[in-house]
Amino acid sequence: MSKLIITTLGWLIGIMFFFPIFWIGITAFKTEKDALSPDLIFTPTLESFGEVFARSNYFLFARNSIIISIGSTLLCFLLAIPSAYRMAFFPTQKSQSTMLWMLSTKMMPAVGVLIPIYIIWQRLGLLDSLPGLIIIYTLVNLPIAVWMAYTYFMEVPKGILEAARIDGADVWKELWYLLRPMTMPGLASTALLLIILSWNEAFWSLNLTSANAAPLPVFIASYSSPEGLFWAKLSGASFLAVAPIMILGWLTQKQLVRGLTFGAVK
Amino acid sequence: MAPSVLPLLLWMIVPLLMTVYFSFINKKLMDPTAGGFVGLQNYVYLAGDPAFVPALINTLLFIGAVLIITVVAGVLLAVLYDQEFFGKNVAMLLVIAPFFVMPTVSALIWKNMIMHPVYGLISLGLQKIGLPAIDWFADYPMLSIIIIVSWEWIPFAFLILVTAIKSLDVEQKEAAAIDGAGPLTQFRYIVLPHLYRAITVVIMIETIFLLGIFAEIYTTTGGGPGTATTTLTFLVFALGLQQFDVGIASAGGILAVILANIVSIFLVRMLAKNLSQPS
Repeated sequence: MSKLIITTLGWLIGIMFFFPIFWIGITAFKTEKDALSPDLIFTPTLESFGEVFARSNYFLFARNSIIISIGSTLLCFLLAIPSAYRMAFFPTQKSQSTMLWMLSTKMMPAVGVLIPIYIIWQRLGLLDSLPGLIIIYTLVNLPIAVWMAYTYFMEVPKGILEAARIDGADVWKELWYLLRPMTMPGLASTALLLIILSWNEAFWSLNLTSANAAPLPVFIASYSSPEGLFWAKLSGASFLAVAPIMILGWLTQKQLVRGLTFGAVK
Repeated sequence: MAPSVLPLLLWMIVPLLMTVYFSFINKKLMDPTAGGFVGLQNYVYLAGDPAFVPALINTLLFIGAVLIITVVAGVLLAVLYDQEFFGKNVAMLLVIAPFFVMPTVSALIWKNMIMHPVYGLISLGLQKIGLPAIDWFADYPMLSIIIIVSWEWIPFAFLILVTAIKSLDVEQKEAAAIDGAGPLTQFRYIVLPHLYRAITVVIMIETIFLLGIFAEIYTTTGGGPGTATTTLTFLVFALGLQQFDVGIASAGGILAVILANIVSIFLVRMLAKNLSQPS
């Protein structure tokens, strides 16, 4: 096949896949009236963003999204790092089956535990609360975090650690001076992946939150009906919700493969 | 490992046991007087629910269709973007972009701006060339959902497969080319077997996620018209949190768990093999 055909095809398909996202971006800068026509020639305006900010409590939803995704990612790391550290550097016979068991919790369809979680959360006063959603997202993402941290720890040459121990380094020095710098890039992209997953999660947020703790996916869902025809506003809100995370996603695409396939494809 | 094991153990075991328990009692969220052990009655009611059989069929049809579309498209795209061409990396970023769009946004953008019967881009385009507009969500509700979800998940399949295809030995292909193997023969006997493992991973991981697809249906059709887009997950949500019948909803939840487990047994077995041979 000639280079020209491949180049054209490659770009054409890329543009096709990206088109709906491009269209969100375009419509976000139109007035409501212009938004209904597909014209590419129009006077750009920030009207829709102004209305999103003014008429809905957009900032509450955005704030919730930020707190929940960062909070759950931090909590996840707090739990995952010690576990992954133990299993990577002091493996026992049970380590492997523990890792696999953790993975298998990821296979559990959320709907299988939806009703009990709803009832427990109601009793504990966690329904529609930020801690309630942070706990859920932490648990949902924990297997991915442990698994990825484990694969990054396994890549650290064992000899270096032994040398440090002979030189008298304790666990904390070992963690801070050796493992932190060596695994930082990997762990940083793990964190980004967790933030992306939490940011976009829509099953638990739709079912467990409403007015107080709802993150952006719930806010966008509120545009579904009957005022769904305010396209410029919908696009403005979507643009703000999608743009930052897409950039993070592009930056982490390689680690994404490892994280989402639990290391089966690298 | 305790800090991670304990919370996960609680997270899995307690609610799951509760779901099993609820599925055997008569429990309703809005009626505290309801109670008592009812044996398999919830399962019988669920099986008799007019939405149950359609939901099961819809679930399998939906997962099957999306899997076929995403894997076939993913393989073809992986082969295409394995070639070198001008601006390849940027074009690839465009292809994987939909995967990072939150599900409620993708669903609403497709529903309102692309598939809308009057103002949607597809209808406008059809009218321009003199064809009648299509009312996607009224006439082809399941197909519409399949299109939207495929748009979200082809990038995933592509990303995994294009990563896998890169690890293919170039010399092997060159040797085959010298021996006179054409591109199709190379694809059939070298590329495809090489991708086999990655394809299996894609299929299994997608199955788990697709079984739980919720937001796309919730924001577009709400399971309708009728039961046309009600999946097992959506049915459990409707029974439990809309009709407040915890018992029957739990029976549905257990069925979803069983379905997912059948798939995950294979996935975990494969990953176990992977774990014992460190890379």
